[in-house]
Amino acid sequence: MDLAEKLAILADAAKYDASCASSGANKRDSRDGKGVGSAGGSGICHSYAPDGRCISLLKILLTNRCIYDCHYCINRRSSNVRRTAFTAEEAVTLTLDFYKRNYIEGLFLSSGIVRSADHTMEQVVQVARTLREQHDFRGYIHLKTIPEASPELIEQAARYADRISINLELPTQVSLDRLAPEKNLARTQQAMGRIKLKLDEAHDRRKNGDRKLRHATGQSTQVIVGADDSTDADFLARSDVLYGTYKMRRVYYSAFSPIPEPSVVLPVKAAPLVREHRLYQADWLMRNYGFSTSEILPAETPNLDLRIDPKLAWALRNRQEFPLDVQTATRGQLVRVPGLGLRNVDRLIAIRRHTRVRLEDLARLRVSLPKVRPFLITADHHPARYLLDSDRLIDRFLPKPVQLDLFDDENR
Amino acid sequence: MRTVDPGENFESWRAVAKRLLQEAVSPAEVIWEGDALPCLFEEPTAYKVNADKLVVPAAFMDLAKCVACHGDPERWALLYRILWRIARGGERSLIEISSDYEMARARRMEKSVRREIHKMHAFVRFRKTGEDDTGRERFVAWFEPDHFIIEAGTPFFVKRFANMDWSIFTPKGCAHWIGGILKFSPGCSSDPCDDPDAMEEIWRVYYRSIFNPARLKLKMMQTEMPKRYWKNLPEADLIESLVAESRGRVDGMLTKTPREVRPVLKNAYLEKLRNLPEEPEGG
Repeated sequence: MDLAEKLAILADAAKYDASCASSGANKRDSRDGKGVGSAGGSGICHSYAPDGRCISLLKILLTNRCIYDCHYCINRRSSNVRRTAFTAEEAVTLTLDFYKRNYIEGLFLSSGIVRSADHTMEQVVQVARTLREQHDFRGYIHLKTIPEASPELIEQAARYADRISINLELPTQVSLDRLAPEKNLARTQQAMGRIKLKLDEAHDRRKNGDRKLRHATGQSTQVIVGADDSTDADFLARSDVLYGTYKMRRVYYSAFSPIPEPSVVLPVKAAPLVREHRLYQADWLMRNYGFSTSEILPAETPNLDLRIDPKLAWALRNRQEFPLDVQTATRGQLVRVPGLGLRNVDRLIAIRRHTRVRLEDLARLRVSLPKVRPFLITADHHPARYLLDSDRLIDRFLPKPVQLDLFDDENR
Repeated sequence: MRTVDPGENFESWRAVAKRLLQEAVSPAEVIWEGDALPCLFEEPTAYKVNADKLVVPAAFMDLAKCVACHGDPERWALLYRILWRIARGGERSLIEISSDYEMARARRMEKSVRREIHKMHAFVRFRKTGEDDTGRERFVAWFEPDHFIIEAGTPFFVKRFANMDWSIFTPKGCAHWIGGILKFSPGCSSDPCDDPDAMEEIWRVYYRSIFNPARLKLKMMQTEMPKRYWKNLPEADLIESLVAESRGRVDGMLTKTPREVRPVLKNAYLEKLRNLPEEPEGG
């Protein structure tokens, strides 16, 4: 099999992993080295596939041979997909060839499980080691690790990588037992805990002067949405723990996608893309806007409203908080106004020190007036009380009826 | 009325603007014109230097440096109006009022310049043209930006590709990093060396394979990768066929007979996994 054929199989095998970040590495470049590469700035998306996902890293599996049988996965042992493997040298050369042409920020390497966790992990580490030590590669490396691999191997991976990750995939052991029988939630979290300690340790060493220390700076994980009957509340509660206890940089939500090799255990259906999008929005509000899980999803509604974004949904449930006067409201209050983002809130706070804010100011900041109008008081605008009290307020925000079909005209 | 030549970049504009400001020439009296002949500028003896200390916030200089790279010929006049209002019009805090009509316009220009620098870092595609005797590789790229961002966008490539030789050709100026020395040259109207690189075919294989037909989101893709960049991206001409085939591919998946589960393999490691305790110690 030639390199192009292998790449076609092993990139196809890797595409269900949503992780794409190439930011957050320790700052470095190639000027004082022999090789190629830089990292540590903001991430760069070098291309976009028609699925809207950014292409930042060369995302491949080292092999798609696998002894596990995860029913959502194209590479499970029960699948009849064609199997192949890159040699370490092939993966290294491909990474360098793509990188030097400025196609990618670096490598995202994962693998099917062959023989054992340790055996697989050694192969993956070997690629990263060769890139770093033989080729002085200073670009970004993200390595997928296996919770059952020995802690020493995982720590080796962390020394060559900028980001390491273990995918949780499903939020409960019940779901794992049914859909990914070889995976174990407790073992995964235990491994994440160990990784967190190592990351903290490396962070402290760098802070205390060991500037040359080469070590990953963060870990991330992925959960699959729509493969089991977990609710959005289940996912967000799990994310809360992942961000809080394990200090994840990111939790990726990946809509369960149809695969060409469906399993009898898990019938395929259209990917729940809107749900995935709402979960990302909710996750963002939790991490950056000071919302708690219970504010986003009160006990009586375990799932996000697919029709409107979660901040708007919160505002509609909490109308007693509005309208807010843009001139006097606190930053914490303003960021909760539907239609106002963090950057515009900061701009408004600077502006209001010097002038009375009017609707036209908001328009020039490219704020959507129809969206903020019911919630904000400006120098020239006071929303009608009846509007905020109206049961029909939500109608203003609902999208015009469209077919929620993957292939509707909007997508053409 | 006087017609002045802003020159080609921030530094040249700044020198002219400073002089105008010192002379207290209001923006309404100035026409900024690229082709203006130097003699149209009034003779030095004709201006009176105002002794006031004209203080301009650093934030304005940062903004102006960036806006100066914008492709809109009106940028010079806009910058001078803002400068005038700050230094002479008593609007010391104007730079903080992002919703002011002129500030909003300048901020939008700044944003599109920054965005295009970022897109340059993303979408420049090097093609390998050879190696020298020492094995140092040589690459070229062709890029077509809307704004004058070549100088601002180049340091990124110097840091990342310090140990290669490369040239980035664009209609708005070219950058060359050869033997560790950076040089800029005037723009060229077309790609001077358009030999393809064999690796582009492999990259296209990757692009085709990493696309998931079950998640078509064309609009999202076009927001981030606007069509005007497509003609210089070797992967972009695959988009049409990938989109056209996607529905058939997904229908095939949805109607496929599901695979049975294969029996558990005889494997020592899997055996060990099954015998691990449910809750690891200290989990």
